[in-house]
Amino acid sequence: MGKLFAVVLTIITVVSTAIFVLRVWWLPADISAHGPQIDHQLMETMVSSGVLFVLSQLALALFVWKYADRRDGRKVREFPGGATPMVAAAVVLVGAEILALTLVGSKVWAGIYQTPPDPNSLQIDVQAEQFAFYFRYPGPDGRFGAIHPELMNEATENFFGLDPARDTTARDDIVVPTLAIPVGRPILLTLRAKDVNHAFYVPELRIQQDFVPGLVIPLHFTATQPGKYEIVCTQLCGLGHYNMRAYVEVMPQPQFDQWLKDKAAQQ
Amino acid sequence: MPDIAAPAAVHRHAPPQGLLRRHVFSLDHKVIGKQYLDLALVAVCTGMVLSWLMRLHLGFPTVPIPGLDKLSPNGAAGGVITPEYYLSLMTMHGTIMVFFVLTTAPFAGFGNYFLPIQVGAEDMAFPRINMTSFWVTLVAFLVLIASFFIHDGPALSGWTAYAPLSAVGKDAGPGQGLGQTLWAISIALFCVAQLLGSLNFITTTLDLRTRGMSLARMPFSTWAWFITAVIGLIAFAVLMPACILLLLDRVAGTSFFIPAGLVISDRLQPHSGGSPLLWQHLFWFFGHPEVYIAILPGFGIISHILPVFTRKPLLGPRVMIGCLIAIAFLSYTVWGHHMFLSGMNPFSATLFSVPTLIITIPATIVTLLWIGTIYGARLRFTTPALFCLGFVSVFVSGGISGFFLAQPSIDTYLHGTYFVVGHFHFVMGVAAMFGIFAGTYFWFPKMFGRMMNETLGKWHFWLTFIGVYCVFMPMHYLGLAGNVRRYSAFTDDYMKPLIPLHRFITIAALFTGAAQLIFLYNLIRSRLRGPKAPDNPWEATTLEWSTASPPPFDNFGGRPPTVSHGPNEYGVPGAAGDYVMQASR
Repeated sequence: MGKLFAVVLTIITVVSTAIFVLRVWWLPADISAHGPQIDHQLMETMVSSGVLFVLSQLALALFVWKYADRRDGRKVREFPGGATPMVAAAVVLVGAEILALTLVGSKVWAGIYQTPPDPNSLQIDVQAEQFAFYFRYPGPDGRFGAIHPELMNEATENFFGLDPARDTTARDDIVVPTLAIPVGRPILLTLRAKDVNHAFYVPELRIQQDFVPGLVIPLHFTATQPGKYEIVCTQLCGLGHYNMRAYVEVMPQPQFDQWLKDKAAQQ
Repeated sequence: MPDIAAPAAVHRHAPPQGLLRRHVFSLDHKVIGKQYLDLALVAVCTGMVLSWLMRLHLGFPTVPIPGLDKLSPNGAAGGVITPEYYLSLMTMHGTIMVFFVLTTAPFAGFGNYFLPIQVGAEDMAFPRINMTSFWVTLVAFLVLIASFFIHDGPALSGWTAYAPLSAVGKDAGPGQGLGQTLWAISIALFCVAQLLGSLNFITTTLDLRTRGMSLARMPFSTWAWFITAVIGLIAFAVLMPACILLLLDRVAGTSFFIPAGLVISDRLQPHSGGSPLLWQHLFWFFGHPEVYIAILPGFGIISHILPVFTRKPLLGPRVMIGCLIAIAFLSYTVWGHHMFLSGMNPFSATLFSVPTLIITIPATIVTLLWIGTIYGARLRFTTPALFCLGFVSVFVSGGISGFFLAQPSIDTYLHGTYFVVGHFHFVMGVAAMFGIFAGTYFWFPKMFGRMMNETLGKWHFWLTFIGVYCVFMPMHYLGLAGNVRRYSAFTDDYMKPLIPLHRFITIAALFTGAAQLIFLYNLIRSRLRGPKAPDNPWEATTLEWSTASPPPFDNFGGRPPTVSHGPNEYGVPGAAGDYVMQASR
C-alpha cells in the first residue's frame, strides 16, 4: 500500500508540475509597461515555491515508500536531530524566500499602485454599473462636467448624471461604451461605481482594481501593444455579472486622435 | 423531595429515561456531537449536489438537468440553469460548506464528542448551553435552506455577501430580496451558536480536566479544538454584529454599508454615509480566521492520528502546539490580503502581505513535522492513516499557491480568477475534508461500537485522492490563463480555449462526488451491521480509548481516570504493545 501511495503521489506531482513547466495553459501575452515586472515576480514565485512543492511531495512519497510496517520487529527511528532541523529549514528557507519576494514584490506593487500617475497622463473617467462600463473623455476643454446622481438615467443615456443645460464643462464630455487609448501614453482612469461593487480587469494589461460606491479610485498604466482586449468585471455585482464586459482598444496616437474627433462629432 | 442518601452529583451520572431527552433534546455531549455530525452530513450532501449542478452548467451549459425545473421554475426553466440561478447555487454552496460543514463537523461535531472524553470529563462545562448551540445551528441551517423554496430564490451575493449589493434590497435584483435577508438571519444565528459553543469548549478545557491531565499532557486534537474555540470566540463576535448591521440596512433603512448617491434601477437610493469597505473589513476580520477555524481541527486530528499509525511519537510536540498558537495569533493580522484590490489604501497592502507570508513559516514547520514523523516509522496503512497522508499532500498543494496570492503584485493578476478557487478549495476545503474523513474512520469504532469496512474505506480514499487532484489542480491552470471566477458562462473570446479544461473538471468532479457514495454506504452499513469494535482497536494512548466503545453515559462509568502519561508515547521500548496509555484502567 505504501508503494502504491508513493507511486500515485509521484505521478500526481510530476504531471501537475509538467503542465506548469510546459506552459500548457499560461498567461496571455503582456501588453503593459509594468507587466514584465509582474510576470517576472510571478516566475520567481513559481520557481521557488515549485521547488518547495516538488521537494515536500517527493519527501512524503519517499518516506511512505520506505517505512511501511513489515512486521519484522524493526524499531522505529527518530528523525535525525529531532524537530530542530525542521524548524531551522522552515525558518531559513521559507524566511529567505519571503524576504526576497517581499523586497522585490513590494517595489513592483508600489510602482503600480503607490506612485502618482504621470502628469501628462490621459485622464479617462470610468463609470461601472449593473452591468456595463461607460468611459468619459473630457472633450476639447480638458475638463469633466460635474456628476449629479439624481440625473443619472438609462433611458436618456445620461450614464454619468451630467447637466449640460447648466454646466458648460459637461457639454463637450464624450461618453462611450468602449475604452480607446493611445499606445505608449500613460493613462489615468478614475473609477466610479454607480450602484454596487464592480471590478476592472484586463488580463493582458496585468491590471485589476475594484470599483467601490462612494469612492473615486485612480488607476494608471501604459499600454505597449495595439489591439482589442476584453475588460471584465471580477467583482460579483448581481444577476448579469457574467455578462458585464467591455473592450479596450489600444491604437496608435494618430488613429486615437481621429477616433476621439469622430466620437466628439457624434455626441 | 431529593433523597438525602443520594446526593445530586450521583444523579448526574445516570442517563435520562425519556426518549426525547435521550436522543433529541439531549444534554449529553456525545449525542450533541453526533447531532452536529449528522447535520454536517446533510449539509455536505446538499453542498455537493449544488457543486455538481454548477459544474454541470459550467461544462455543458445547454444540457438540461432533469427535475431541476421542479425545484426552481424560474431559475432553471426546462432544467437549464440561468446565469442568475448559477449565482444562487454558488452562494449557497459556499455558505453551506464553510459554515455548516467545515465549521460544524471538525470543530463542533468531533470536538463536542471527544474533547470532554480526551480531558477526562463527564460532559461539557455547560450542557444546556451546549444543547442550545446545536439547536440554534439547526435553525440557522433551516432558515438558509428555506430560501430555496421562496419565490425569488436564494441570495446570490456570494458567501462573502459584499455590500452594498447585499444591503440595498430588491432593487439590485430578485435574489437580493427575501433570500438575502434569510441569509443574514441564518448567519447571525449561526454566530450565536458558535459563540456559545466556543465558550463551552474553552471552559471545559480549562476547568474540567481530570487529575493528572496537565496542559502539556492534552492530546493534540484537544489543543487544536481549544485554540479553534479561542479563534471562534473572537471571529464570530465580529461577524454577528456585522450581520445585524447588514439586516438593519436591509430592513430598517440604516446606512452602515451604503454610501450616498447610489442609483439602482434608475432610482436614487435614500441612503447616505455608509461604507462598503466597512463590511469587507468586518467580514474578513472574521473570514480569514474562519479559514483556520476550518483547518486547525484538521491539524489536531492529523497530529493525533499520525502517531497511532506510524507507531512513533509526533516529532516536536511542543513545536507543534507553538505553531498552532502562532497561526491562531497571526490569523488576526492578515485579513486585508483579501482586499488588496478593494480600494483600501494601497500602502496597507504591503502591511497585510508580510504577516500573510510569515504565516507560511509555522505552516511549513507543521508540515515538516508530519513528514518527519513518517521518517523511520512503522506505517500501518489503515484507512484513517491513508487520509492523514493524503491530508499532508493536499495541504502542501493548497498552501503553496498561497505564496502567489499573498503578494499584492501577483494578486493584481490572479485576484478574482480560478487560481484563488483552486487555492482555497485545496487548503481549506479538501484538506479539512480529509481531516474529517480521517477522524470519521478513526473514531467511528468508538462512537458506534462497530468497525467500518476497510476495503470500502480504501477504495474511497484512492478515488477521492486522485479525484480531488483532477478537480482542483486544473483550476490553477485556468487562473493563470486569466479565467475569472463567479461567471456562469465562458463565451468570451479569451476564455473559449479553456472550455475543454472546464469539461474535464466537471467530469472529474462528478466521479469524485460519486466516490463519496461509497463513504455514505460504508457509514450507514457499518453503523447497522459492522463487526463489533474492541475498546482500543488502533492501539492508541489517549483517554477515549481507555473507556468502552461506545462510552457509557458519563464517559468513564463513574470512575474518572487519573492521567500519568503524555498522549504521545508510541514506539516505547519495553512497553507491552509498544505504547503507553495516558491512564491505566
